[in-house]
Amino acid sequence: MTQYIDHILPTQLRKHPAVFWVGVVLIAAALAVMPFVLVSHSMTSWVRITNFAILFVFLSLGLNIVVGFAGLLDLGYIAFYAVGAYVYALLASPHFGLHLPFWVILPIGAAVACLFGVLLGAPTLKLRGDYLAIVTLGFGEIVRIFMNNLSEPINITNGPKGIATIDSIKLFGMDFSTTTRFGDFALPGLIKYYYLLMFMLLVIIILNLRLQNSRIGRAWEAIREDELAARAMGINTINLKLLAFAMGASFGGLAGGVFAAIQGFVSPESFTLTESVMILAMVVLGGMGNIWGVVLGAVLLSFVPELLRYTVEPAQKALFGRQIIEAEVLRMLIFGFAMVAMMLFRPAGLLPSAVRKRELARKED
Amino acid sequence: MATILSAQNITKRFGGLTALSDVSFEIQQGQIFGLIGPNGAGKTTMFNVLTGLYQHDEGTVTFNGEILNGITSDRIAALGVARTFQNIRLFGNLSAIENVMIGRHVRTHAGVWGAITRNSATRIEEAAIEARAHELLDFVNVGHRANELAKHLSYGDQRRLEIARALATDPKVLALDEPAAGMNATEKLALRKLIEAIRTQGITILLIEHDVKLVMGLCDRIGVLDYGKKIAEGVPADVQRDPKVIEAYLGASIEVAA
Repeated sequence: MTQYIDHILPTQLRKHPAVFWVGVVLIAAALAVMPFVLVSHSMTSWVRITNFAILFVFLSLGLNIVVGFAGLLDLGYIAFYAVGAYVYALLASPHFGLHLPFWVILPIGAAVACLFGVLLGAPTLKLRGDYLAIVTLGFGEIVRIFMNNLSEPINITNGPKGIATIDSIKLFGMDFSTTTRFGDFALPGLIKYYYLLMFMLLVIIILNLRLQNSRIGRAWEAIREDELAARAMGINTINLKLLAFAMGASFGGLAGGVFAAIQGFVSPESFTLTESVMILAMVVLGGMGNIWGVVLGAVLLSFVPELLRYTVEPAQKALFGRQIIEAEVLRMLIFGFAMVAMMLFRPAGLLPSAVRKRELARKED
Repeated sequence: MATILSAQNITKRFGGLTALSDVSFEIQQGQIFGLIGPNGAGKTTMFNVLTGLYQHDEGTVTFNGEILNGITSDRIAALGVARTFQNIRLFGNLSAIENVMIGRHVRTHAGVWGAITRNSATRIEEAAIEARAHELLDFVNVGHRANELAKHLSYGDQRRLEIARALATDPKVLALDEPAAGMNATEKLALRKLIEAIRTQGITILLIEHDVKLVMGLCDRIGVLDYGKKIAEGVPADVQRDPKVIEAYLGASIEVAA
């Protein structure tokens, strides 16, 4: 077993596999029980918030390939999420009368998003930094505007009204949108989605760790560090940059498909520039290039605004006896201050990308 | 001996400035060829032309029988010309060992599928990459600092790490751009031994260097550039006595009499 995980573990954990496995089991148990605890304390909405937080982790990990690994600033990443979501919506809704199964659409969505990634990557190969940011920003907007207007002359996207009554995910003869009963035990749809998302998250994290720690991942890092030197070392920077865009876009498309299925409704409103910026903030806040940092960043930025939503109003009432500032305004203000403080005190992110130390792979003489 | 790398009538202009004008030379297999000349003579420009960083305006670069005109630097590295940079260009935020492992990129094959499935072929290749990288780090004497960030290494170690990274691409020709710059006498001696050791592996070396003593001692043949033109070429002893070379380095000879 260890041969499959050895390369992705920090050195300290590699030395103590027992500690590692106990930790894994404890965390897995806690995560498995969590939704039931939330539901039993009538905090069902938090399961939903968690599900969307996991989707944002998917997105952040996808963007991290482009921004964190290859060092290409992408401000239009949400476009790939949109493409994935719309592919799912069009192939599994009454809009075209198509109802393909989840496992068929998901790869199609990822592939179409991947194609869009290459479409964005190809003309921007020679751009870096600010210039690339502007082009990708434009790309994100173009995709959104297309979704908004592709209702004429042929109605493809249904315009700003969006596409509704999208099929939910059905797997193993189980519909994920309804409660399943096993005798006395009820498994609500939200929790089923939670488990599905957790499983996908696990797979995606492992894929990312393996990608980073591979010949391809190292070549991306070389491009990020010094493109000219990378090329002089024989790295085909054109292909590898396109690959980074394509891989990142595929993960975005995947997340988009799941989003459409869970939400049951997509419209261009969900795919604005603000969302792109938010995902980028998750990557930067967590620590560009560090997969665990990016996961942490996405989880924090998904939960903190929600936490503030529920605490800002009661806190004001307790302190001043009445609400002085509207909750929504104060929430974003606090959030903004937190971001500024973070960047001042931990500019490299919460978990900066550490050098993965390699043990000298040889026996002691 | 066969010619491995040749430059014929190379001209390179930057706007109105002619950085290289009609420069030709040939490097034989297994040789150490030195390219010297005063500051601004066009040595590094020549170097960048040979390694595909610049595209020259006229002339032909031939490597191993293949014409390199218009070929990008990654393809040239793949063909077998590796280089170091005058102003060290390591991947600073990566460890020393990772820098060398990146050098192996061009000689290895694992793609995305191999990376995500981590099948046995990929695992074997990864192990080989790592082993070779350690070997090369030991060869240039940076083995004990394998896990440190490249940017945290001392200046001399960084220079040697760059050589290891270039060697990792299994080059036929190794092009070193001022490898001794900023080194003290002991480090220079070690560098000289290192370059000689590389030569014994059958690798041809192109060397740009300011340190005349080092160049004269090491090189089999030397070409001298001045103001973008080749003013001399030959074995070190001849080049050293060439009046044009002396003039280029020390200025025009003055009438000493009276």
